[in-house]
Amino acid sequence: MSEIRNYTLNFGPQHPAAHGVLRLVLEMDGEVIERADPHVGLLHRGTEKLAESKPYNQSIGYMDRLDYVSMMCNEHGYVRAIEKLLDIQAPERAQYIRTMFDEITRILNHLMWLGTHAIDVGAMTMFLYCFREREDLMDCYEAVSGARMHATYYRPGGVYRDLPDQMPRFEAGRFCSEKDAQRRNRAREGSLLDFIEDFVARFPKLVDEYETLLTDNRIWKQRTVGIGVVSPERARQLGFSGPMLRGSGVAWDLRKKQPYAAYREVDFDIPIGTNGDCYDRYLVRVEELRQSTRIIAQCARWLRENPGPVMIDDHKIAPPKRVDMKDDMEALIHHFKLFTEGYCPPEGEVYAAVEAPKGEFGCYIVSDGANKPYRLKVRAPGFAHISAMNEMAKGHMLADVVAIIGTMDIVFGEIDR
Amino acid sequence: MNKIVSYIRSLFLFELFKGLSLTGRYMLTRPFTLEYPEEKAPVSPRFRGLHALRRYPNGEERCIACKLCEAVCPALAITIEAEPRDDGSRRTTRYDIDLFKCIYCGFCEESCPVDSIVETRIYEYHFEERGEQIMTKDKLLAIGDQYEEQLAADRAAQATVR
Repeated sequence: MSEIRNYTLNFGPQHPAAHGVLRLVLEMDGEVIERADPHVGLLHRGTEKLAESKPYNQSIGYMDRLDYVSMMCNEHGYVRAIEKLLDIQAPERAQYIRTMFDEITRILNHLMWLGTHAIDVGAMTMFLYCFREREDLMDCYEAVSGARMHATYYRPGGVYRDLPDQMPRFEAGRFCSEKDAQRRNRAREGSLLDFIEDFVARFPKLVDEYETLLTDNRIWKQRTVGIGVVSPERARQLGFSGPMLRGSGVAWDLRKKQPYAAYREVDFDIPIGTNGDCYDRYLVRVEELRQSTRIIAQCARWLRENPGPVMIDDHKIAPPKRVDMKDDMEALIHHFKLFTEGYCPPEGEVYAAVEAPKGEFGCYIVSDGANKPYRLKVRAPGFAHISAMNEMAKGHMLADVVAIIGTMDIVFGEIDR
Repeated sequence: MNKIVSYIRSLFLFELFKGLSLTGRYMLTRPFTLEYPEEKAPVSPRFRGLHALRRYPNGEERCIACKLCEAVCPALAITIEAEPRDDGSRRTTRYDIDLFKCIYCGFCEESCPVDSIVETRIYEYHFEERGEQIMTKDKLLAIGDQYEEQLAADRAAQATVR
């Protein structure tokens, strides 16, 4: 009689459904998972160590690259920690801009998640539709910061620049008729806020379309309902946050529980699931798309009515305006001091977190009074989620592992850091 | 009653046909893609692409070798060497940007007190040989000369918010 033994299967790190560089060692009993062992660290870039060797501001750009689909939320976490350390507060307009762009980031992230999760599970079309809307939001990113992804837009004490009065427009040419250009420019005639308001007006309908394709679809339901169930107690014990926690029915959201930026002022609901399976987490995230749209609309309205400074008026922390720098000696000195040495926050330790699209993204900074952090620790939500891989995948089929990885919304930039 | 309706719907693949009708509708609408490279997406005046060094209208290079960009560059991509020129003014003898190291954060432009180093709207470039990724002073100045009009206009448009 032949010996029956489990079969070990290597999933990734070069698997298209592994969302980057996840290596999963799966112990299989036939097609059933006995044990799933995630190996992480293949995308380790030493961001935390890197931050120790540069002035505080210079690491902002590296925060974008942690979770590279929710760029500005990472920046927000880092910048908030610095602000807490310095004990400063960004002007109100900057807070609203941050809130708005955090929510734009949330939509960007959830659309990316929806598209890739659906394509993993077998729904090809979703990917294309999601990326169509991402394009518009990335244009917003580009309009404010100049980069479509790695924005480097938030600064301690505010944001780098105010919103632009104009959106870039399509030009008619040999391959684009006057009429086509006009059609494409329809939402781009006005300012960025007009563009965003146009987006906000049509986005809920597009979310309905996504739902038409997925929510009732029997294949989608067969692949997600009852897969990767996590009970609320277990979700808490495992350190889940964000939609992973809310999908299990725990109403925990930092935007409500520990409001930051302008979240206290805006009106929104946090959706929660009931069963804690992949399908519920899908529903939670889709509802978050709608709620984010609501927040963006409120922020855009506020920003339209309330012009003002977007940067703190303290030249020990924020550089002076360029016009001042050009003909004021003191401003020029501040400018040079800031860009060479930076600022020295007082000694101490702070932790500040934001509700990033994936969960609680926090930065813990230890300062020894120098112009660079003594130690920076990044609390990435994805790390806690992937730690639960074994528990969530055990007993499921091999194909369900893909759905579980998808539902965790894993991005290796932040897990491996 | 509801049960019967949902049973009939399920039997006739109602939700699948609903989805199919949606994709079918999109099949008949105008595509929303651009035919790159013939058509191009609009680029923001704040765009951070390839670098350039600018000159003053009288042809004198702006860079005064203050090395602020070198100091602020998080990726340490900029290398500057400087010495006084024959007429006594301080100028760079070497200004290299390694584009493989650059992370396009825009801090160099932000820090430059004389608006010399800028990030242009150029996003289409490639290298064929090792070493070409080092943007030397000559290359940077050449890009600056070529696009000066655009660069000046973009900077002027952003002057109020910077």
